[in-house]
Amino acid sequence: MIHSLFLVNSSGDIFLEKHWKSVVSRSVCDYFFEAQERASEPENVAPVIPTPHHYLISVYRHKIFFVAVIQSEVPPLFVIEFLHRVVDTFQDYFGVCSEAAVKDNVVVVYELLEEMLDNGFPLATESNILKELIKPPTILRTVVNTITGSTNVGEQLPTGQLSVVPWRRTGVKYTNNEAYFDVVEEIDAIIDKSGSTVTAEIQGVVDASVKLTGMPDLTLSFVNPRLLDDVSFHPCVRFKRWEAERILSFIPPDGNFRLLSYHVSSQNLVAIPVYVKHSISFREGSSLGHFEITIGPKQTMGKAVEGVLVTSQMPKAVLNMNLTCTQGAYTFDPVTKMLSWDVGKINPQKLPSLKGSMSLQTGASKPDENPTINIQCKIQQLALSGLKVNRLDMYGEKYKPFKGIKYMTKAGKFQVRT
Amino acid sequence: MSACSAYNDEKGGSSNTGEPEYGHDPASGGIFSSDYKRHDDLKEMLDSNKDSLKLEAMKRIVAMIARGKNASDLFPAVVKNVACKNIEVKKLVYVYLVRYAEEQQDLALLSISTFQRGLKDPNQLIRASALRVLSSIRVTIIVPIMMLAIKEAASDMSPYVRKTAAHAIPKLYSLDPDQKDQLIEVIEKLLADKTTLVAGSVVMAFEEVCPERIDLIHKNYRKLCNLLIDVEEWGQVVIINMLTRYARTQFLNPNHNESLLEESAEKAFYGSDEEETEEKDEKEEVAALAKRKPYVMDPDHRLLLRNTKPLLQSRNAAVVMAVAQLYFHLAPKAEVGVIAKAQVRLMRSHSEVQYVVLQNVATMSIKRRGMFEPYLKSFYIRSTDPTQIKVLKLEVLTNLANETNISTILREFQTYIKSMDKDFVAASIQAIGRCATNIGEVRDTCLNGLVQLLSNRDELVVAESVVVIKKLLQMQPAQHSDIIKHMAKLTDNIQVPMARASILWLIGEYCEHVPKIAPDVLRKMAKSFTNEEDIVKLQIINLAAKLYLTNSKQTKLLTQYVLNLAKYDQNYDIRDRARFIRQLIVPTEKSGVLSKYAKKLFLALKPAPVFESPFKDRDHFQLGSLSHLLNAKATGYQELPAWPGMAPDPSVRNVEVKEAVPEWTKCSSREKRKEKVEKPFYSDSEGESGPTESADSESELPSEMESGGGSESEEGGSGSGSEESDEGSESGKEKKKKPEKIKVRKTLPESAESELSGEEEKRKRKERKASSESSSEEEEESSSESSSSESESEEESESEPETKKKKKISLSKPVPKQPKKEISLLDLDDFIPTPSPQVTPINNIVSNSLATDLQGLSLTDSALSPTMISPSFSSVKTYELLHRITGEGLAVEYCFSRQPYSLDPHMVAVQIQFSNNTDTEAKSLRIQEPKLMSGMRMQEFPEIEVLAPGETVTVVMGIDFCDSTQAANFQLCTQTRKFYVSIQPPVGELMMPVFMSENEFKKEQGHLMGMNEINEKLTMGEKCQSDHAIVQRVTSAANLSRVPCGSDREYRFAAKTVASGSLVLVTVVTKEGMAAQLTVNCEKMVIGTMLVKDILQALSQ
Repeated sequence: MIHSLFLVNSSGDIFLEKHWKSVVSRSVCDYFFEAQERASEPENVAPVIPTPHHYLISVYRHKIFFVAVIQSEVPPLFVIEFLHRVVDTFQDYFGVCSEAAVKDNVVVVYELLEEMLDNGFPLATESNILKELIKPPTILRTVVNTITGSTNVGEQLPTGQLSVVPWRRTGVKYTNNEAYFDVVEEIDAIIDKSGSTVTAEIQGVVDASVKLTGMPDLTLSFVNPRLLDDVSFHPCVRFKRWEAERILSFIPPDGNFRLLSYHVSSQNLVAIPVYVKHSISFREGSSLGHFEITIGPKQTMGKAVEGVLVTSQMPKAVLNMNLTCTQGAYTFDPVTKMLSWDVGKINPQKLPSLKGSMSLQTGASKPDENPTINIQCKIQQLALSGLKVNRLDMYGEKYKPFKGIKYMTKAGKFQVRT
Repeated sequence: MSACSAYNDEKGGSSNTGEPEYGHDPASGGIFSSDYKRHDDLKEMLDSNKDSLKLEAMKRIVAMIARGKNASDLFPAVVKNVACKNIEVKKLVYVYLVRYAEEQQDLALLSISTFQRGLKDPNQLIRASALRVLSSIRVTIIVPIMMLAIKEAASDMSPYVRKTAAHAIPKLYSLDPDQKDQLIEVIEKLLADKTTLVAGSVVMAFEEVCPERIDLIHKNYRKLCNLLIDVEEWGQVVIINMLTRYARTQFLNPNHNESLLEESAEKAFYGSDEEETEEKDEKEEVAALAKRKPYVMDPDHRLLLRNTKPLLQSRNAAVVMAVAQLYFHLAPKAEVGVIAKAQVRLMRSHSEVQYVVLQNVATMSIKRRGMFEPYLKSFYIRSTDPTQIKVLKLEVLTNLANETNISTILREFQTYIKSMDKDFVAASIQAIGRCATNIGEVRDTCLNGLVQLLSNRDELVVAESVVVIKKLLQMQPAQHSDIIKHMAKLTDNIQVPMARASILWLIGEYCEHVPKIAPDVLRKMAKSFTNEEDIVKLQIINLAAKLYLTNSKQTKLLTQYVLNLAKYDQNYDIRDRARFIRQLIVPTEKSGVLSKYAKKLFLALKPAPVFESPFKDRDHFQLGSLSHLLNAKATGYQELPAWPGMAPDPSVRNVEVKEAVPEWTKCSSREKRKEKVEKPFYSDSEGESGPTESADSESELPSEMESGGGSESEEGGSGSGSEESDEGSESGKEKKKKPEKIKVRKTLPESAESELSGEEEKRKRKERKASSESSSEEEEESSSESSSSESESEEESESEPETKKKKKISLSKPVPKQPKKEISLLDLDDFIPTPSPQVTPINNIVSNSLATDLQGLSLTDSALSPTMISPSFSSVKTYELLHRITGEGLAVEYCFSRQPYSLDPHMVAVQIQFSNNTDTEAKSLRIQEPKLMSGMRMQEFPEIEVLAPGETVTVVMGIDFCDSTQAANFQLCTQTRKFYVSIQPPVGELMMPVFMSENEFKKEQGHLMGMNEINEKLTMGEKCQSDHAIVQRVTSAANLSRVPCGSDREYRFAAKTVASGSLVLVTVVTKEGMAAQLTVNCEKMVIGTMLVKDILQALSQ
C-alpha cells in the first residue's frame, strides 16, 4: 500500500520523510516538483502522478504537500483519505498543522506515523487510540518532561484497539458532565447576473463536543428528520436504528467529533440569506471602470447577518481600485488582483455599499468577463433548512449531564456572477 | 524540549542537556566536523546509563532520519538499547532498527532474541508489537524465524495478535516470495477467523499474496458479508474491492439483457451500420437465450448488495467509493441509482477527493446517464474551483446533456466561456462541440455561438473555436459556406498553428463551396510559407494539392511554387510529403496508375469525426482503482473478470455443519481438558466482536446473528435449496447443545456476558425454528418492517418469487416478536451483576446499547410517536393555474410536490412553474392580495425579478389549507398585469405520510372507530389486479405511506393531515373476484369522506 511519505513545503523542500517498507530515494519527488512547476496554482497539481516505477499521490493542505509514494495498485481515494486523516491528526495534536509545527514536534510526528501505518496499511487512525499511545504535547507536559525525564509515550499499553467501541476510551472521568451539539449549515449557491438562483443547496453538519463520564449511550432525535436527504455518520452511530426510526443512537467518542453530516434536498426550497446589487462596468477605450456593490439581507428569518466578507478576483487588466465603503474596510491587492471587503454585520436599515472607480491598464482591451463575487457570512441561532433537534437523552449512566444545542448558518461556496 | 534538541544536533547542541561540550562550536560545526566526530556525543549519550540522556540521543537520531540524514554509523550504539526499560527509548530504537536493519544485517541479528522473548510475553499487546517489529526487519536470514512467529501468532488467542500476524504476512512475502505456499496456509486459517479485527487485515494479506486463489473465499464469503459493517473502515475498502472481484466470478450478470440492449443502442449512435446489424444478431440470440432461462439473483449476490448498502453512509470517502464501484459493477441496473447521491455528497470534500470522484462519475455517467441527471446542478462550476476540477465537471456536464436539459447546460456554458481561466475556456468550447455533435437539435445554435466566438479578443479562444467548428462543419458542409468564408478571412489574424491548419484544411476540403476565395488563400499562404509552423506547412501543401486537382487552371503555378518551397524545407516530413504529392498529382510520363485516382484519393468523402469522451470505455477497469484513474494498468492491478456465462456451483459457499460447530460439541465431552482452549474462544471472538454486532445491528436479526458463535452452519443451509432436511437435523442438535451450554457457563463465569449474546441468539433461533421459517424469509419480513421504503421490499420480493410464496404463508400467522425481546431483556438483567471487574465497562455498553436497540425494535412502545417519513412514492400530477392564452403568454402550472415545506411544517408545499412564452421579459412575478378563508395562511414565494423569454422557472410556496379543500384565491402579478387565480387541493394532498408499524396501526385504528370510520364496498377496476397496482393507485390518489401488514389480502396505509396532524388510516381488503372493501379511519370526517371518494375512484377505474 503506502510505501513512503514525503512532506514538501511550498518552496519545494522536503522537510520530512518516512518509509514503511524499504527506503525509496527522495529523488522520486523530482517528478512531483516537475508537476508542481507546471501548475500555476498549488491547487492545480494533479493528485495522482505516475512515474516509471512509482505513483505519487498527494494532498495539499496548510501550504504543505503530503506526497505518498505507491508502488502498486491501490484505490487512490484510500490514500487520499488516509493522508487527510494524517493532517487532521497533526492538527488535533499540535493545534495547527504547519511546517514549523511539524519540525518542532518531529519526534511525535514520527511516532504517530509509525503507529498509524503498519507496512503501509492503516493500523490506528482513531484519534482516541492514538492519544492513548502517544500523548499530545502541551506546554505543561513539556516542562514536566524536561524536569523529570518522563516521556510523551503512554506508559500503559493501549487497550482501545481491543475494545468494541474503539472510538471511546475507557475510564473517562469529568466533574462537569456536558454534551454540546452544534448544528452548522452551509449554503452553497450560484446566483446569476439577474439575481435568480442558478443552484443552491444546503450542507450541514452536527458537530459534537461531549465530555461525559463513563460509557454514556445517547440518543438524539430531530423534529423534522425528513429534511435530511443524504447523511453520513460517525462510525459510532447505529445505522439500523436510524433507518428504522430516524433517531441517532450512539456511544459518543470522548471530546470533539463530527457526529453527522447531511445534505438537504436541493428542491427549490433553499432560502437565500443575502442579496447583492452590483453594477460593474468597463468602458471600451477608457482607462476607468465603474464599480458598485450593495449587499443586503434577504430571507434570514429575522436574524442578523454577521461576519460578512466579500471577495472578488478582479480581471488582470485592473491596475488599482479607488473605492469608498459605507461600512467596514476594503483591501485590494494589485499583485493578485484580489479585492476583499470586510463588511461585518449588516444593518438592514442602512445597507452597506462599496463604490468607486477602477483604473485599468492603458491600452489593454476591455475584459470579457465581470468578476464573480464570493460572499462569506454567518447567521447565528438559525439553521436555514429548518432542521431542529427534538431531544437528547442519555442512558447507561446515572448522573444528569448538561446539554446544549447551538444553530448556525454560514455561507459556503456562495458565488454571485456579475 | 524535543523541539530544540531536534534542530540542534548538527551544532552539537548539548547545551540544554547539561552534557559537557564536545569541542565544536556552532560556527564550525556544520562544515568542518566530520560525521563520526559529530556522532561521538550521541554515542556517548547512548552508552550512558541515564534514560533521559538516551532518550535525548534517540530523539536527535530520529530527527535526523526524518530529514533523510544518514545515521547508519550509529547502529551498534543504538541496537544495544533495544532492551531498554524506558518505553519511549524502546520505541525510538525500533524506529531506527526498522529503518537501518536492511543495511546492517549482521548487527541487526543482535536484536532478534529480544523480540523472540517478546513473542512469548503474557501481555497480548507486547506480543503483537514484538511481532510487528520483528516482521518489519528486512533481513533474509531471519525468514524462518519470522515464518515460525507468524504461524504461532496466527493461532494466538488474542485477536489483536492474530491481526498483527495478518499484517506480517505481506511483509514476509515481499522479503521472500518462496514462502508463498506456507503463507497461503496461514491466510486460509486466518480467513476463517470470525472477529472483525482480523477480517480487514487478512483480506489485505490475501490481496497482496494470493489474489488469484479465489477458492479460499468461498467458505468465508457469507461471513465476510455479514461482518463487513463492523470491520474498521480501511479493512472495509479492501474487503469490498475483493468481494467485487469475487462476485464477478461467481454470479450471473443481473443486467444481462439490459446491458446488451443498451450497448447496441450506443453503438448505433456512434458506430457504423455494419456493427449494428451484427449486434442485432447477437441480441436476438441473447434474447432467445434469456427466454429460455429467466434470471434469478443468487441469494448470496443479494446478501452482498444488501450488506454493503449502509456503508454508502460512511464518513470515509474511500469506503463510499468502494461501495459505489461495487454497485456499479454488480447491481441490477434499477438499483445502481442509490450510489449517485453519495457520490454527489463526496464532491463537497477536499479537492483531491473531488478530483478522484469526478473521474469516476465521468465514467459512470456515460454508461448510466439517468443516474446523475437529477444532480446536474451539483456539477455546475464555480470560478474558485481548481482548473482540473473544472475540466472534469465539464466532462460530466457534457455526458449528462440530452435533449431536455441541453438549453440549461448551454446557458451555463455561455458563462464559462467568459471565464478568466483560458484553459478552462478552451475545454468549454470543446464541450460545446461535443454537445452539438451528440444532440442534433442544437447543432445550429452551437455553431452560431461558436462563430461569434471567432471575433473574440483572446486568440486561444478563437483557435479552439476554429478547431471545433471545423469538426462540426464536416457534418454538414453545404449549408455553411458563409462560415467557411468568414473563417478564410481569419487567416490574416490568427497565429495559433493548430487553428491555421484547421482553416486551411477546411478550405481545401470544401473548395468547391468557396471557389473564389480558395485560390486567394493559397496565394497568401504561399507567400508566408517559409515562416509557418510545420503543421501549417503540411496543410498548405494539402490545400495546394486539392486546388490543383479541382481548379488547376488558376492554381497550377502556385502549387508548383509551394511544392518547390517544400522540397527544400528543413523538416523531412514536409520534404517527404511534397515529393509524394508531386508524384501523385502532377502527371508525368512515369507516374501512371495512381495519378488517375488522385482526385479520388484527395477528395474522397470523409466520415464526420466523432467527439468521444476520454472516459468512454474506461469502465473495463474497476472503478475507483488507480488504473482507472490513470487509464493504464498499474502494477499489481487485478483485472475485473467478465461475468461467467453459466453460474458456478453456488453450494461451494455453504459452510459445513461440522466445521462450524465443533467447539460447542467438543466442550461437552471433554470439558475440563478443553477449558483452556475454550476460554479464548469466548472471551475474544465472542466477547469482543459479538457484542458490537448485536448492539449495532440488532434490527437485522437473522443475517447478523449468523456471524456470532457457531451459527455459521445454519446460514449455509438457508441459502441452498436443500435446507429443509438440513435444518431439521440441526435443530435437533441444538436441543442437545442446550444443557451443555449451561454447564459451560458455570465453569466460566467471566464469560457469562459474552456468552449471553450467543445464548440469546440460540433462543431466538429456536423460536424461529418453531414457527418453521427459513432465515431468508424472516429477513425479508424484518426488512419490510424496518425500512419504510416499499419499493425496496417489492423489488426483493420480485427477485425472489419463490420465497415470496412462503412468506405469505408464514406471515399469515404473525410472528411473536414481542416475547422474544422480553426474554432477552430479562436475561440481561440476570447477568449484569456477575461480570468480572475487568470487562465491566464493556459489559455496560453492551447491555445499554442492546437495551436501547431492543427498545427501538419493540413495536408497541408507546414512547415512540409515529415518525414521519418522506413520501415514498410520487407521481406528480400537474394542474393549470393560468393558461398560456389568458395569461398573455405567461403560462403557470402547479403541482403538489409532496415534499415537506421547510419553512412551516403546517403548510403544504405547492410547486409552481412559470413559463414565459412571449418574446419579452416578464418582470417581478409575485403574489398579491391573497383572499383566504379564515384560518388559512400562505407563505408566498420570493418575487421573481425577471423571467426571460422562453424561460421556465419553478418556485415553491406554502399554503396552510387548514385541512379543508377550500381553494386559496390570490392575484398573480407581473409588472404590468394581474391575474386572479386559485389553487384547490385534492384531499389526498392535505396529508403527509407517516411511518408506523402494524401494531401501532392497529392500536390507532382502535381509537378511531364508530363515527370516525367509513366503510365502502367497491369493485376493483380491470387493471387493479396486482399488489403493485393497488398500492400505486392509492398512493397516487393520496399522499400515504404503506404500513406493513401480515395478510396478503390487506393493504394498509397511513398519513396525517398537514395542518392539524390528525391521523388518516386507510385499509383496503380484497375479496373474492373483483370485490374489495375500503375502510378509512380519520378523526376529521369530512376528510375521511372525501378521501374515500377519491380512492374509490382511483381503484375502480
